[in-house]
Amino acid sequence: MAHQARPHPYFRNLNAKVAATPMILTTLVVFVGCSVWTVLYSFSASRALPVNEFVGFAQYDRLFNTSRWTKSVGNIAVYGVFSLVFSLVVGFILAAFMDQKIRFENTFRTIFLYPFALSFIVTGLVWQWILNPTLGLQKAVRDLGWESFTFDLIAHRDTVIYALLIAGIWQGTGFVMALMLAGLRGVDEDIWKATRIDGIPKWKTYIFVVIPMMRGVFVTTLVIIASGIVRLYDLVVAMTSGGPGIASEVPAKYVYDFMFARGNVGQALAASTVMLTTVLIILIPWIYLEYGSKKPK
Amino acid sequence: MSIEPIGTRPRRTFDPTRIMIYLVLAVAAIYYLLPLYVMIVTSLKGMPEVRLGNIFAPPVEVTFEPWAKAWDTACTGLYCEGLKVGFWNSMQILIPSVVISIAIASVNGYALSFWRFRGAEVFFTILIFGSFIPYQVMLYPLVIITRELGIFGSLTGVIFIHTIFGMPILTLLFRNYFASLPQELFKAARVDGAGFWGIFFKIMVPMSPPIFVVAIILQVTGIWNDFLFGVIFAGTKNFPMTVQLNNIVNSSQGVKEYNVNMAATILTGAVPLAIYFLSGKYFVRGIAAGAVKG
Repeated sequence: MAHQARPHPYFRNLNAKVAATPMILTTLVVFVGCSVWTVLYSFSASRALPVNEFVGFAQYDRLFNTSRWTKSVGNIAVYGVFSLVFSLVVGFILAAFMDQKIRFENTFRTIFLYPFALSFIVTGLVWQWILNPTLGLQKAVRDLGWESFTFDLIAHRDTVIYALLIAGIWQGTGFVMALMLAGLRGVDEDIWKATRIDGIPKWKTYIFVVIPMMRGVFVTTLVIIASGIVRLYDLVVAMTSGGPGIASEVPAKYVYDFMFARGNVGQALAASTVMLTTVLIILIPWIYLEYGSKKPK
Repeated sequence: MSIEPIGTRPRRTFDPTRIMIYLVLAVAAIYYLLPLYVMIVTSLKGMPEVRLGNIFAPPVEVTFEPWAKAWDTACTGLYCEGLKVGFWNSMQILIPSVVISIAIASVNGYALSFWRFRGAEVFFTILIFGSFIPYQVMLYPLVIITRELGIFGSLTGVIFIHTIFGMPILTLLFRNYFASLPQELFKAARVDGAGFWGIFFKIMVPMSPPIFVVAIILQVTGIWNDFLFGVIFAGTKNFPMTVQLNNIVNSSQGVKEYNVNMAATILTGAVPLAIYFLSGKYFVRGIAAGAVKG
């Protein structure tokens, strides 16, 4: 019973709806649908193929009793904490130094940021070569005459994660620096004038005035790095393939290996559900902080 | 955003704080540049020199042999056809993925900024937060979907996946850009009788070259550097360059030829590096776009 002049609400703005169909489908089918499917089938007894036999938390039970998974979780926790702290601290310090009206700012920025254009595969392979104990940095220093110099992080079970960290930080800190620098440039010049008049030293101004003002930038950067850390995969594949032994395994690699190489879909889905939960734990407080209180700024 | 130095020039050259600043920046610059330097010098050495010498030493005898081998004859597990296969595969994946994902996302962004319909913002918000979900969570269902569509293990399959996962960030980028254009422009065009597609093609697209450049940079680097989707969805004969590179370097057979490996690594990194060095401020804008909330 639509009027001639006013089309039925469903057909109003039809072109826009048609144009937005790919977005709506992606949202509903991929981001919502696929995630729900994964969570659902993580409770199934699926092996090589997904089956409709649901077994409660059996997959999770097995997951957390698998040493490879617990090692993966431990690794990502160590990698995550160090990489967050280092990239935020180093990224901020570099940005603060870059903000001192220095010469060659563009050159420095180009140098700090170029690794970010490279893939994790390239990053991993280069650092695998540099950290190679028999031919890399260790040998180079020993050849100079320091015979007992040891730098073989990549070859030992308990230190290999730090080798990954060196490469990961090399690749990503430039990005943090760029975000922080943008944040610093957004700080009102008057703040600097006011603190200078009050005779407050620069480092104090940074810690007590500027950093609290940049809360938004920090939180956003944190969320971006953290969700990148959870996904860590390519770097490990290229640099260590999870070795020596299982010493540098990570959750994303566990999912891939069980899904495609070992034919144990149930385990892979349970592991990816744990990853999803972790991301939600990071995201929900952020959404709440950023969008929960709609205060006009 | 100004990238030129602003304000007065540094007062004195011998200010100790400033010397300290430059020193720290210089040390950091060395750490960042070292791997690039090592890659280049290693790729120009012969194997005997690599084995005996120091990785930081410049080549005594410069040879381009490793480059030729990496491109043409290096072995990726089964075949010995070099990286060129991966390079062309990556190109075949890259070009359609970039074009299709940007075409879809620009129209999405346009619809979201000027033709709001009920529910649009809800879908958009889910899409943005969805982009933080680890890919691993959606991998298996996507394998099923692409298999049902008959595109699993093909170029079409991997292009499809890149289009899906490029959508959140690109839609955000275009939506924010279009929202910053004056509404009067849109209203005037409406009064003159222009429709949805007319306004898009005759007004919006011609006004937006910068944002298209940012989107292209973002997508080219992202898709070129992808490993996971390539290895799963492209199928063995369509493996992109990153996957082939990893197979060449980490293949267990034979003697490791580090010079060839490093030449292969540079070749794989060359495309995004070229984009990076040529695009300058657009690259920074592209990566910062992900950080700017909508």
